[in-house]
Amino acid sequence: MAILEKMELVLNEAGRKVPEMVNGHAQVPYLGVGKLQPRGCKAAPPIRTAADYPESGDKRVADLETALRKCGLRDGMVISSHHHLRDGDRVALMALEAASRIGVKNLTWFPSASFPSQKSAIELMASGVIDHIEGSMNGPLGDYCTQGKMRGMGVLRSHGGRWQAIQDGEVHIDVAVIAAPTADSFGNCDGSHGKSACGSLGFALADSTYADHVIAVTDTLVPFPCVPWQIQGNNVDCVVEVDSIGDPAKIVSGTTQITRSPDRLRIAEFVARFLRDAGIMRDGFSFQAGAGGIALAFVSYLKQVMKESGVKARFVRGGSTKYLVELLEEGLTDYILDGQTFDLDGVRSIANNPRHLATSPFTSYNYHGKGNFASMVDAVVLGATEVDANFNANVVTHSDGRLLHGIGGWQNCLAAKCTILAVPSFRDRIPVIVDQVTTLSGPGELIDVVVTERGIAINPLRPDLMDAVKGSKLPIRPLLEIKKEVERICGGKPQRPRLGDRPVAIVKWVDGTVLDSVWQVS
Amino acid sequence: MTVGIETRSKQAGEAGHWGAEIRSDVHVRIEPRDRGGIDIELESRVKPYYGEAIRRQAEEVIEALGVRHAQVTIHDEGALPFVIAARIEAAARRAGLGEGTRVLPDRLPLPEPSARDRMRRSRLYVPGSEPKYFINAALHGADGVILDLEDSVHPTEKDAARLLVRNALRGVDFLQCERMVRINQLPLGLDDLEEIIPESPDLILIPKVESPHQVVDASQKIAEIKANYGITRPIWLMPILESAQGMEKAYEIATASEEIAALTIGLEDYTADLGVVKTPGGAESLFARQRMVNAAHAASVQTIDSVFGDVGDIDGLRTWALNSRAMGFEGMGCVHPLQITVIHQAFAPTSAEIEKAQKIVAAFHEAQQKGLGVVSLGSKMIDAPVVQRALKLMARAQAMGLV
Repeated sequence: MAILEKMELVLNEAGRKVPEMVNGHAQVPYLGVGKLQPRGCKAAPPIRTAADYPESGDKRVADLETALRKCGLRDGMVISSHHHLRDGDRVALMALEAASRIGVKNLTWFPSASFPSQKSAIELMASGVIDHIEGSMNGPLGDYCTQGKMRGMGVLRSHGGRWQAIQDGEVHIDVAVIAAPTADSFGNCDGSHGKSACGSLGFALADSTYADHVIAVTDTLVPFPCVPWQIQGNNVDCVVEVDSIGDPAKIVSGTTQITRSPDRLRIAEFVARFLRDAGIMRDGFSFQAGAGGIALAFVSYLKQVMKESGVKARFVRGGSTKYLVELLEEGLTDYILDGQTFDLDGVRSIANNPRHLATSPFTSYNYHGKGNFASMVDAVVLGATEVDANFNANVVTHSDGRLLHGIGGWQNCLAAKCTILAVPSFRDRIPVIVDQVTTLSGPGELIDVVVTERGIAINPLRPDLMDAVKGSKLPIRPLLEIKKEVERICGGKPQRPRLGDRPVAIVKWVDGTVLDSVWQVS
Repeated sequence: MTVGIETRSKQAGEAGHWGAEIRSDVHVRIEPRDRGGIDIELESRVKPYYGEAIRRQAEEVIEALGVRHAQVTIHDEGALPFVIAARIEAAARRAGLGEGTRVLPDRLPLPEPSARDRMRRSRLYVPGSEPKYFINAALHGADGVILDLEDSVHPTEKDAARLLVRNALRGVDFLQCERMVRINQLPLGLDDLEEIIPESPDLILIPKVESPHQVVDASQKIAEIKANYGITRPIWLMPILESAQGMEKAYEIATASEEIAALTIGLEDYTADLGVVKTPGGAESLFARQRMVNAAHAASVQTIDSVFGDVGDIDGLRTWALNSRAMGFEGMGCVHPLQITVIHQAFAPTSAEIEKAQKIVAAFHEAQQKGLGVVSLGSKMIDAPVVQRALKLMARAQAMGLV
């Protein structure tokens, strides 16, 4: 497809070279934060009639092949799946293999994220069942893409950007396959119960409302009604019962572990103290942190500081973990608004605690809506692989250009009132603060603070934050000073890795414009 | 690795570590040959960024070592330059090459010399063969960092660790921390001094001291090397008493050299010597610890407690440290940075103590001004030693930034 066409590249507003056509679709290069004015109406699936569905409400079919045939899967269509079962998911591969068995080719696989356990999708790409992946890729799939082996071009979107793309009609999903930890025969689905319980099903919500056809796959079928119906059966075409939708050990971790690395603990402690000293941590505040080692340690330090100061949060945004659940249960926050649930304590809490709520990328992140939760959060703590002197950051690729992470909610979270990158100043010998990021994932104007083990740098665009921490004992330093110190330790600036001149994937901004390209590496 | 004289120049030498689990280290293999010059084979996880720099550095170090013909294989796991230099030098020496040559990384400006009575509440142990722990060791705010050549280093790694620690003293910024090195038991420890002393560490810990002669031997060796290298700044000594013999000679040891700044105790070895179990309560070492506190005070040197080995037991550490301060110790060792804050808190005067001391000091100044010989607070008369203790406590509180 696209790679056979002559690739026209243009410079976007961030000064990055991006293709104008991707997989046969014209693209809008990034215009700057908040510059694109969308027009037109949202996409919509065809109107259906209850006359075509069983009055008994029983939509069960024998297996996935039958379901895919019934939903009319054909060559070149878009099939979607979701990552609420994370590395334990079996449903996406089951669906793709069923598609292979019924003989369809050139599918676009549109997962909300792919995981290393799905590496056999490489064989399906090699055999032509899958043309390309639009969704995060890492590990073997990421290498397959960056080595230029995928036929079509990869498209990386944030969680909010995926909603936006579906809603705006950029991606039309022909068949959505939803893994449901519990479902009834009508197609109502719930993620909080069942042997493969994973918590929130938010990633599948857009697909369930916008896709032409929706298949629910469950290993815990309950008599109608399945409650709470995170996915409404009224959007579902078929229900397939299977022995297992996933490997529970890989769906959630038994316990999420706080880092033991003294350097990372130090970073986490700095972030907590920064929130206190800058006056962000006050009664009724809100924050979001992920499930990485530094983020977990941050929550644990922040909890101490909140207790010492007698401060309570109004809400915290998940990825929920044991540590957020403790905050909720000890009354240190009124609510957890949860996008995905990382450990068993999180799953237990979301199933039982009415103040622990499942959210979706629509409520939390979608930029083409009438606002979203992300911009209402007081502080968010994120990671990054690289950050440059202007606070532009990379979260997508290694410094050598190989795909490392999906964007996840990262881009969407940049809208928070205070965006903090918590990163070590170097990994192995590789400095994290660089002259130019390998892949631009987030514009520096939205990144306010970089916290490293050697000091805290505040973006000069935020003099208010600089003022707020005057008198603090924290090591507030210019980013360039930390950069120089690390370059001395590492024995000079690193060489620039040589990247190819052929884009193999694009990075979308939250409004659907193209922020950067990922280049082929040898 | 032992190498016979006649085969020396044919023997390959290896040093360092590599593998998926290894970080910030490098493995170097040098195979001497008769001709063909230097051939370097390089694998590195940071090759796209520092491949050329590593190759350039390797060539320079090998040339400086006087190696002319060798096959050199380098597996790098993101080692920093000071580590790479030390590993190449160790591999060359193990191959019987480059002996007597020191290939030194650039030296950072030396910090201010350390004062004999500086605060030594916490000293963080860093294994001398684990370079990944060196670079950020000082960030965690301990009063001292100990680069350890003794128990944390395997007997076969002593020679290589010595070079690594030497290079770290030159190339790593230890910020406000006192730069300490624990050498091996004498006589091996004397060889350590040959490499270490030229880099002006602030303090040397001498392990398993049982007699004042051992301190004198080390002290003389240090004086000799200092003279050779024109070093005039002080290098303090901290003997570690770890046996019944050592405890009995505590006072003689504490007064064996002018350079002694502190005595400390090693409880693992001490309890093993006694054949008793080390308990969290420490009843079995009560005599030894009190003996040491008394001897050190009699000799006017500081007295520092052992380490608390269970990193997971923060409450146990706090209890131990509070008790330790109550017994008269002025600090402890740390085996993990998480222990530092707890120890600093435990060794800090409480606010009640500070308040009381402030009143006593104020009363003392008032009496001085009025020319009174007797200091009184309310209806109580205050003895001179009480005033002295209050002054000392206030000085300590000031040094810790508490007042």
